[in-house]
Amino acid sequence: MKQVLGVINLVNELDDLEELTYNRTIASVPFGGRYRLIDFILSSMVNSDIHSVAVFAHTKYRSLMDHIGSGREWDLARKRSGLFLLPPAVEEVQEMLKGDLYYFHKHRDFFYRSSQEYVVIARSHMVCNINLKEVVNAHIERGADITMVYQQSGEPQLGKCRRIETDAEGRVTDILDHFGPTNSEKISLDIFVMRKDLLLDLVETSLAKGYDHFTRNAIMNNRERLKIYGYAYKGYLGVVNTIPAYFKHSMDLLNPDIWTRLFYDTGNQIYTKIKDEPPCHYTEQSHVANSLIANGCRIEGEVENSIVFRGVKIGKGAKIRNSIVMQNCVIGEDVSLENAILDKDVTVGRGSTLKGSPNAPFLAPKRKRI
Amino acid sequence: MKRKEIVAMLLAGGEGKRLGPLTSNLAKPAVHFGGKYRIIDFPLSNCTNSGIDTVGVLTQYQPLVLNSYLGIGSPWDLDRNEGGVAVLPPYVRQDGGEWYKGTANAIYQNIGFVERYQPEYVLVISGDHIYKMDYDLLLDFHKKEQADATIAVLEVPWDEASRFGIMNTDEGNRITSFVEKPAEPKSNLASMGVYIFTWEVLKRYLEEDEANPASSNDFGKDIIPAMLGDERRIMAYPFQDYWKDVGTIKSLWEANMDLLEADSQLNLNDRSWRIYSVNPNQPAQYVAASAHVRNCLINEGCLVQGEVEHSVLSYGVRIGEGSRIKDSFLMPNVKIGRNVVIEKAIVGEGAVVEDGAVYRSEEGADIQLIGTSDMLDN
Repeated sequence: MKQVLGVINLVNELDDLEELTYNRTIASVPFGGRYRLIDFILSSMVNSDIHSVAVFAHTKYRSLMDHIGSGREWDLARKRSGLFLLPPAVEEVQEMLKGDLYYFHKHRDFFYRSSQEYVVIARSHMVCNINLKEVVNAHIERGADITMVYQQSGEPQLGKCRRIETDAEGRVTDILDHFGPTNSEKISLDIFVMRKDLLLDLVETSLAKGYDHFTRNAIMNNRERLKIYGYAYKGYLGVVNTIPAYFKHSMDLLNPDIWTRLFYDTGNQIYTKIKDEPPCHYTEQSHVANSLIANGCRIEGEVENSIVFRGVKIGKGAKIRNSIVMQNCVIGEDVSLENAILDKDVTVGRGSTLKGSPNAPFLAPKRKRI
Repeated sequence: MKRKEIVAMLLAGGEGKRLGPLTSNLAKPAVHFGGKYRIIDFPLSNCTNSGIDTVGVLTQYQPLVLNSYLGIGSPWDLDRNEGGVAVLPPYVRQDGGEWYKGTANAIYQNIGFVERYQPEYVLVISGDHIYKMDYDLLLDFHKKEQADATIAVLEVPWDEASRFGIMNTDEGNRITSFVEKPAEPKSNLASMGVYIFTWEVLKRYLEEDEANPASSNDFGKDIIPAMLGDERRIMAYPFQDYWKDVGTIKSLWEANMDLLEADSQLNLNDRSWRIYSVNPNQPAQYVAASAHVRNCLINEGCLVQGEVEHSVLSYGVRIGEGSRIKDSFLMPNVKIGRNVVIEKAIVGEGAVVEDGAVYRSEEGADIQLIGTSDMLDN
């Protein structure tokens, strides 16, 4: 797939992750014990032979830069193509408020300089492991102008997502915004495939008319003029842009079938930044059940129905239930934690009790000492 | 080529006969250890953490896995513009070529490699020991003592001393004699197989040794005795931390079990002295509700549904419900079915153990080796 360019669009990405995104972009929110949200789509692109990926960063992207670095872990540190992190090219602060089409326009040189014929445009908050090669092939075979990836699902969504409707031939008849009632069970992954020249044309013509929003203006406004088709993705999907969705989709991974489906069934790995942590050490007193544990941890207490990220220390007598404990947290002895999300580097002192509810988990921001 | 103060030569060509089927298609330094490492990760990480950025790895037996594992050295930060890691197998020249006849001959055949960097010192280490050591302190000691060679030594229990190469020293740590596996040891200072030589001196001895047809071309047997015979200044550098030769199945098993000790001397969690390895990109490990995990070291990508006690699990291991694993070391991608019992064993990479299989060992019996049939056939 030499002819495909990947774009991960972080501009105005919908984000309701509260404390988790106070100091970071949604793309770099830790997920699943050792990943950041962007790892899923970025790895999917790389696994689909997309060797040129541009990340349109917008705000609070320091942690993202630290995470993706030169792109080496994704095999994107290359002489030709590779990873391009494109921050806002603005001269005045007001320009930051403009829509994503404006950013595409500002970085149009990136598109002009690339020799690729097609573009895959995606967001960072979709937890999935998708074969984009198949999407592009379907797009070409069907002679579509634009292909949108969706998932058919009757399950209520806790994340904020767009829904689409298609006719019997699979042509997209309606694209809705993130709100409003709808009966459609087709959830958009916000992944679009189109020819690069069509994208550039949409960018320029929309901007010329004063429109600067990619999905709403360039796609939705042109839905009758262009042949937009849907592509059904059947793997695991988590739309993670709200706290309840974050909690639910994290806990989903405690189901071995989902864990296997997301990480093994496709045969494609999810890559992330390497930390060189040693294997996790479970001591004599530890008791762990139905939990996902990453490397570098030392577990002396009890952990149940929880996700523990890399380098966490859990003291003797501590009880952790239905919680998410991010990297390098230190949980003191006899601490009790239930329905909590601790961001990275949180220290919980001996004997503390922290309790939230499954619908409104207790949230501790990064580096908090409790 | 930019001049380097010190170049490391890592002897990774050992056949590893005593590891039996574990090395039938793998060089000893590439044998798995500790859940996520291969043995060679320890000396390589020691080099990079000690600030040594030029490492020649001398390979010989079964080098395929080892070569691809080393790659260009990026996991150890040894992908450098100047220096870095270089794999040095024996090669054919115009006038023919030959295998490395011994450890000294391996360096002799690569004098050209060393000379490219015009180093003052050469560190000679081997790829079959588990330890964390700051070679920079060893170099400081070597320079301060103005030694021709410095050998790192470890105090071993007296009753075990006859299993090692023993250094006899004077009060000032100068080595007076060296005896390989003495029946009646006069000292308990064992050689760790870690040497620093002043290159100029070593080069001369390598050339002389090569000219002697009677020599076995070995550091311990030939070079060191020859230098001692000439009253060269050879110093013993006392090392006090964890060190283990994992050349046998028993010692490989023991070294893995050592990691589980509450006061394990080998701290893998030390962020200032990371042991690096090639990352297998596996998701976080899943411990099921039916699982029971106590005193274990478990790596990413494992799925545990049974009972695991006092064991080390490498990446991608699956343990089915009702199975009981105790006192064992499981190599990567081992698949254990349901209701399996394994005690005191090493399970080889990728082995599949069928439901209900029982590998129980008697008190005091040897470590069992469980592996794929083709591996055990060898």
